[in-house]
Amino acid sequence: MAISGVLRPGFIQIRVLDMPAAVEHYTKRVGLHQVTEGPDGRVYLKAADEFDHHSIVLRRADHAGVDMMAFKCLEDADLDRFEKRIADYGYAVDHVKAGDQPGLGRRIGFTIASGHRIELFAQSEQSDPMPRVHNPDVWEHEPHGMAARRFDHALLYGPDIERNLDFFTKVLDFKCAERVDMPDGLLAIWLTCGMKAHDLAFVKHPEPNKLHHVSFDLENWGAVGHAADIITRYDISIDIGPTRHGITRGQTIYFFDPSGNRDEVFAGGYTYYPDLPTRTWDETQIGKGIFYYERQLNDAFLSVVT
Amino acid sequence: MAAERFTITVSGHGAGTGYAHERLLVALERAQGFGHLRDLPRRLPVGCRRGGCGVCRIRVEGGEYRSDPMSRAHISAEEEASGVVLACCIYPLSDLSLRLEPPVTVKANGRVAAL
Repeated sequence: MAISGVLRPGFIQIRVLDMPAAVEHYTKRVGLHQVTEGPDGRVYLKAADEFDHHSIVLRRADHAGVDMMAFKCLEDADLDRFEKRIADYGYAVDHVKAGDQPGLGRRIGFTIASGHRIELFAQSEQSDPMPRVHNPDVWEHEPHGMAARRFDHALLYGPDIERNLDFFTKVLDFKCAERVDMPDGLLAIWLTCGMKAHDLAFVKHPEPNKLHHVSFDLENWGAVGHAADIITRYDISIDIGPTRHGITRGQTIYFFDPSGNRDEVFAGGYTYYPDLPTRTWDETQIGKGIFYYERQLNDAFLSVVT
Repeated sequence: MAAERFTITVSGHGAGTGYAHERLLVALERAQGFGHLRDLPRRLPVGCRRGGCGVCRIRVEGGEYRSDPMSRAHISAEEEASGVVLACCIYPLSDLSLRLEPPVTVKANGRVAAL
């Protein structure tokens, strides 16, 4: 097995102000499916192209944002190995029992320098809808809405991302695919644990534990165009796009859920191998790096977060 | 039935039209697009338009409106009761006058800090 340890983003739990509006947005518009609702009111969602039990968790709260992001590991023993490495690095590790979220095994959790809670787990039941594995069609359940294929990555904002870079590369075996260095220091990093150009990204920001966006993978540029039609048809709040990122090369739209959390749907992006060098950007080309066609940041990119 | 249409005044900077079914921030964006808002102290703050990010903080100085839920990380219950709201989360029920307020974060201890 060439990829081991941390495999990919498993799920993200986000806070929403209005649960029925959030469920309608993520199921009817983004194109996810509701798997179940927990006894505490949390709602569990997934894309039909994912096997694991769920990938998006919605929690009703009086303010928007992110509770935690969890990564899936290959095997249960990885959790013990990573727990020791994380503790040796100096971060306190806590334990979440199997069943805290339906369908999931035990998790370990810790808080990183930017103030975000990160979790690792290895066991997940499968849930419907999911792809068929014998003589599979291209899809088992006809895609709807924006036809999201998976929860792909998140961009998080907080302080001390130099420490996050050190932690994720030294302790969790991530690689840094791209970075932005400004005259006053590191502004942003794109981290990968597999063969995607990013599984997690950070931008430096004074306030800890902020969410910039949750991203969903679409099949191609045509699907991004269809998503743009949906955004206007249903009066979804748009941020920018359709456009392209120079960084990762993804073809993208940023928009907002009914609680103001930013979502992205995107297609494309290059394949990353762990021996590839880190791609670097500086102040003169950062506009092109973030929004390749506009070639400048919009007002919201560095300032609008939840 | 004709949509209810109101005059939205940004004190000292001009006015636009708003509708009872429309988020106030959208009316302000339209007014800015038509060039009806002059010499704002800063660019009209437009963020998520859905009550989460807190950048479109305003003080309503006169008029009636209804509200959607808005993030308590940016508008406390006391502020909301006193007319400090997120423009994206209110809908006019009469002519309104308002002024822009700097965005803040409401800390757990009730203190506020500049965003």
